[in-house]
Amino acid sequence: MGMGGMSTRKDSPAAVEANGVSKIFGDGSDKVVALDDVSVTIKQNEFFTLLGPSGCGKTTLLRLIAGFDHPNNGNILLEGDDISGLPPYQRQVNTVFQNYALFPHMTVAGNIAFGLEMLDKPRNEIDATVANMLKLVRMEELRDRQTSQISGGQQQRVALARALAPHPKVLLLDEPLSALDLKLRKEMQIELKRLQNETGITFIFVTHDQEEALTMSDRIAVMSNGNILQIGSPREIYDHPAERFVANFIGETNFLTADLVLAKNKAGKIKLSSGKTIAATLPDNHAANGKVTAVVRPEHARIVKPGTSAALEGRLDNIVYFGTDTHYHVKLGAEGDFIVRMQNSRDDAGKFAAGSKVGIAIDSNAAQVLRD
Amino acid sequence: MSTLDQLAQSELATGENRASAIADATHRAHVRRRLLLTTPALIVLFCAASGPLLIMLIYSFLSAGDYGGVEWTLSWDGWANVFMQRDIFDGTLSIADAHVSILWRSVKLSLLTTFTALVFGFPTAYFIATRPPRTRNLWLFLITIPFWTNLLIRTFAIMEVIRNQGVINTILKSLELIDEPIQMLFTDFAIMIGMTYVYLPLMVLPIYASMEKLDFRLVEAGYDLYATRFRVLRRIILPLVKPGVVAGSILVFIPSLGAYVTPRLLGGGKNMMLGNLIELQFGQGRNWPLGAALSFSLLIIVMAALLIYVRGVGKPESGHD
Repeated sequence: MGMGGMSTRKDSPAAVEANGVSKIFGDGSDKVVALDDVSVTIKQNEFFTLLGPSGCGKTTLLRLIAGFDHPNNGNILLEGDDISGLPPYQRQVNTVFQNYALFPHMTVAGNIAFGLEMLDKPRNEIDATVANMLKLVRMEELRDRQTSQISGGQQQRVALARALAPHPKVLLLDEPLSALDLKLRKEMQIELKRLQNETGITFIFVTHDQEEALTMSDRIAVMSNGNILQIGSPREIYDHPAERFVANFIGETNFLTADLVLAKNKAGKIKLSSGKTIAATLPDNHAANGKVTAVVRPEHARIVKPGTSAALEGRLDNIVYFGTDTHYHVKLGAEGDFIVRMQNSRDDAGKFAAGSKVGIAIDSNAAQVLRD
Repeated sequence: MSTLDQLAQSELATGENRASAIADATHRAHVRRRLLLTTPALIVLFCAASGPLLIMLIYSFLSAGDYGGVEWTLSWDGWANVFMQRDIFDGTLSIADAHVSILWRSVKLSLLTTFTALVFGFPTAYFIATRPPRTRNLWLFLITIPFWTNLLIRTFAIMEVIRNQGVINTILKSLELIDEPIQMLFTDFAIMIGMTYVYLPLMVLPIYASMEKLDFRLVEAGYDLYATRFRVLRRIILPLVKPGVVAGSILVFIPSLGAYVTPRLLGGGKNMMLGNLIELQFGQGRNWPLGAALSFSLLIIVMAALLIYVRGVGKPESGHD
């Protein structure tokens, strides 16, 4: 394919490696730092998600990998080869665009064949691959349709098939599910995981939807303001957020100010405002002893009677019933609200009344100290 | 209160009928109003376009008057003289070489003009369409500036540029690239350059209109799928802006074919085009039936060209709109 450097393949290099990548748009007073010295290594066959709010730089990073933009600083390696200077059409990387960007003047099959035609593959090979792809995304009957005559979900599948057909080293997905309704989105989440398993291609997925990121990814990089704040498995990110932004962005959480009284590698003990001391997990390079912020997920705490088992005490302000579970809003005084989420069972109705004094028990190791 | 109630009741009962009756009435009122509004335009169109055309058609079947005008006697001479000429001495018919060469020049120069305008207009339209929205309007404004100036003045300006003692020849001479001035004025080349210049905006604007609607993410998708710049242009941009290219080509080709002022001034009278030939018949030639027949021949050529063009180029595009 003339993609260069195929022979210098080191033993299983990372699929994509970004080293100190910066991207600045505009200049002077209009200057926007979209990416600020970002480094990340994405492994082979990984489902890697870039998660963050709009404007955090996730799409910029994706476009740099695709080659639509070029970094001001740093370089990007694809399977060990520096591709920073290559135009998009010389990178063995394909993109599924947010709006799909299907070619309106071609049929479904024509769209899927396009990449292979541009690689000058022989016709019989193109036909075979297109047939395979149509089967992979279950679109065989619609092969000769115009792309304007198929539904949004079907367009999504065609976009996937088109990007997968040339068998890229890495597939980039730019919020591909954001245009679909909830039901279809759930279906496509499962479909995407299946496709990744079946093709064995590395997926880099960009989204602002934390739930999507948690359910689909092998690893997640949480981004904000052009920086990667934390990289880890969904469980690591959710259970052990290292920074306030991460804790806040993903899921609901309670913030507590506390004193770090004991620190031993990642295990520590913190003293809460109530005077009780509980075990807590520490981030990698945490601050020394002193005032810290700890987070506790609502489902990692229970409402109990005030007393010894309660780490915190407060007044039960509000009870919100959700069917499967109930949210208890507890007023802690100076620290504000603490939300507890408990799964409902048949016999706990009316156990606690709004306005009464309650205690909050925190599960062992549920508290996570933030880096800030 | 009770009457209001009754009214509400009856309205509920007959609501559906009433709704459709109202819709019908509104529709009829709309149609009537639209007809009324278009009537003045239709009158103008008939008086200014269809009427004169009809007169021309009639004239082409009459015989020429001695001092211009027509004699009201039926004659095929007008049409016969489009391609044939009668020898003054022995009265034999032969092919009218002059007419054929003028026709050929008209078609050739119009095609060349269309092609040149496309070659220059397409990149221009692409350039404008890829500017930020604010600056786009400025560029469009610049493109339309020539329209503000009288055609004669613009044509004289071109003469000044390409004549033997004009700007180009003076510069080339002072650079000692040439000894003798290159004869550009009063050639087919001059006519083509002039027409390209005059009709270029008619090529740029429709292509720009198509290009502006082009989703440039499709271009990115093309690059992403291993298409080089040239292939993106050929496989993605061109097919998607084809309606604009077709419209632009038609808009340039048709007036080029009937151009009068530009070939008259830049062709210097000996390099005639159809427009000049027609004018000649109504002026010094004093052969109105021939002029009328030539006009209709021009009309037929334009319609045939349009038909071929739209059939051949425009068809695949209409399939999926």
